[in-house]
Amino acid sequence: MARNLVGFLVLVLAISICEAASIFQPISESHRSAALELFTPTDGSFGSLEETYEALRTFGILGIQKKPHIGTGSCQSVSETLGSSSSTTKDLFFALKVNSILECKIDEAIFQEITSRLKAVVNDGNSLLDFYYSISSLALIKDQNSKVDVLLGDADGIFRSIKALSQSDGRWRYSSSNPESSTYAAGLALEALAGVMSLASSEIDHSLIDTLKNDIVKLFDSIEKYDDGSFYFDEKLVDAREHHGPLSTTSAVIRGLTAFASLTSGTITLSGNKILGLAKFFLGIGIPGNSKDFFNQIDSLACLESNRISVPLILSLPATVLSLTKKDQLKVKVNTVLGSSAPPLTVKLMQAFISGSKDSSVIESQELGFDPENAVHILDVLPKSVDVGNYIFVFEIVLHDSVDKKIYTTGGQTQVPLFVTGVVKIDNAEIAVLDSDLGSIETQKKIDLAGETSVSLSANHLQKLRLSFQLTTPRGKFFKPHQVFLKLRHETEVEHIFVVGNSGKQFEIILDFLGLVEKFFYLSGRYDIQLTVGDAVMENSILRAVGHVELDLPEAPEKAPRPPARPVDPYSRYGPKAEITHIFRAPEKRPPKELSLAFLGLTLLPFVGFFIGLLRIGVNLKNFPTLAVPATFAILFHLGIAAVILLYVLFWLKWDLFTTLKTLGFLGAFLMFVGHRTLSHLASTSAKLKST
Amino acid sequence: MAKSTSKDAQALFHSLRSAYASTPTNLKIIDLYVGFAVFTALIQVVYMAVVGSFPFNSFLSGLLSCIGTAVLAVCLRIQVNKENKEFKDLAPERAFADFVLCNLVLHLVIMNFLG
Repeated sequence: MARNLVGFLVLVLAISICEAASIFQPISESHRSAALELFTPTDGSFGSLEETYEALRTFGILGIQKKPHIGTGSCQSVSETLGSSSSTTKDLFFALKVNSILECKIDEAIFQEITSRLKAVVNDGNSLLDFYYSISSLALIKDQNSKVDVLLGDADGIFRSIKALSQSDGRWRYSSSNPESSTYAAGLALEALAGVMSLASSEIDHSLIDTLKNDIVKLFDSIEKYDDGSFYFDEKLVDAREHHGPLSTTSAVIRGLTAFASLTSGTITLSGNKILGLAKFFLGIGIPGNSKDFFNQIDSLACLESNRISVPLILSLPATVLSLTKKDQLKVKVNTVLGSSAPPLTVKLMQAFISGSKDSSVIESQELGFDPENAVHILDVLPKSVDVGNYIFVFEIVLHDSVDKKIYTTGGQTQVPLFVTGVVKIDNAEIAVLDSDLGSIETQKKIDLAGETSVSLSANHLQKLRLSFQLTTPRGKFFKPHQVFLKLRHETEVEHIFVVGNSGKQFEIILDFLGLVEKFFYLSGRYDIQLTVGDAVMENSILRAVGHVELDLPEAPEKAPRPPARPVDPYSRYGPKAEITHIFRAPEKRPPKELSLAFLGLTLLPFVGFFIGLLRIGVNLKNFPTLAVPATFAILFHLGIAAVILLYVLFWLKWDLFTTLKTLGFLGAFLMFVGHRTLSHLASTSAKLKST
Repeated sequence: MAKSTSKDAQALFHSLRSAYASTPTNLKIIDLYVGFAVFTALIQVVYMAVVGSFPFNSFLSGLLSCIGTAVLAVCLRIQVNKENKEFKDLAPERAFADFVLCNLVLHLVIMNFLG
């Protein structure tokens, strides 16, 4: 049971964490330490210039001062890449990006040479990536070296040829020969077009820019949404050479959009909600596990932080669990996505309702006070109407300055799940044994559920046990927790759990033992009483042994159900097994060796007597055949008999019956033959004797 | 009275001995052999009575070996005896061959039973 309770609390905690995740926290210290872990150079440099740029850019945005020392090595590889004529436009692009941060010393001549190469690529380019890398590189050169002439003469033409790759739904193709359109490519195209605008020697045609704005609006029509209010772009084109996930796709679009927006004078009509939703998407993923995703997240958030369309403001709560008993203050922070402070504003608490019942608000709308020291909006005292429970608070951010309203987006109302906890008072707890028929109280004891109590009761099957108590919240209201259980545990570990019901204002359970004897398996004896009162918002949830009751139940009838077997301790499976003792048959009593040997000698005596008798009778071997052939047969006959007897001895000592019988077969045949010859010879001689 | 019975007994033994002396030698050998077998069996019975019948199969096989041989020898004696007209046509050699064969079979079983 205790395990169950702990499990439940963990579950509640997990749910609360999950819900808390939908309150988006701005970038904080944890991102900074994660950045240092994710971007660690090996041997003083990152793998490629692309990775170097991503690391440097991330460190720059997060304001990490103690960067790893990669300056000299990276500068060397930047100048090598820029100086080499075999470098691709992509290599040049990332080298220039790194250079824009590190500001290495590069010869003007090198810039001149690269510029002419890049311009050639721009003029003959037909694929989007060529345009993107070359134009972006030229824009970077423009920033790094003002002396080089990077301006494009035919900016309108280049703008048109990039625009020619766009689709009607706002997405872009990678090249004119490739019919597949991609959202990621749209992001690259927007960035490239922004580069063209910055490099144009004369102003770009306004009608072109207006159509592009239209394209952006169309592109934002295909935006996708999560339930928590975050928006993102996803690549529908799946079988491209390089698939981009939602993170890098959204990131590319934001980079392109912000680059474009920073160069256009007019407004782009995009809903602030979508911009805020994009910010929430990046904040909602937490801390990504790989450096590429991390860079995309931080870079996009940095773009959103300073974009010209609308800057999202993020409302976050340092704590979403407030204790009524400790009189916690409701604190709300409003920051930009990267955690910098917001313009002057007021946070209003519009509504608060118990989660699950969204119709009735429990509070009036009110403003939160501002603490300029900690930049926190505070509601000093929670309204009287807010009791313990799970609430959803609805906040609204009101900007003070009307100019700020154009720059920032707050996304209207923000819903935040909040847990209000408190110490629940337990009153009038008492346990009593009642007589069944009359209902008169036999014994009654008060118990103190907050402290240590141990009551001892005794009852028989004709009586009842009553447990009752009242729960009141800090606001003095009736409180109904998630779990109220009474557990009776017999000495033999048989447990019975009862749910304690509530009747109006108090919790009460009456156990009528007469009806429970069968459930209790007719087990008399001591039952320990345990009471569980638990709830996520109850700070003093209890799981307490109240005492014990000595039950006297009738004898079990024959057909009564047996109590269940004790659960096997799962750890005992791995323990040592009981030792197996073998019982051998006790050896029979044997006589002393001397006695047996003596009797062996005795058995030989009759044999000796037999020989003596033979001698006295005067036995002779005169009948033994004297002729060579019959004598041989006679000897063989006797040898054969001796062999058979020897065979029997062997059989007794080690052979089995089959080997013996096989050998006996041969010996027997031999014996038959020689025996027959011998005996017939003897018979014939005796017959001759008779006839003579 | 008592004197006369002992005398009678002496006279009886005497006549028995003189009558037995005329028995052919080969029958005497067989008698001796039967006696030897029976005595051996008796010694084993005494041993069992003293010690106990623990390896009972060994005791049985030993005893039956002796008794069986004795019985077979008696049978041989019956067949070989010239006085018995019943077996007149049976050659003593044939009887001996039977005796040998029966003994071999008997002892095969005995050995098997000995354990």
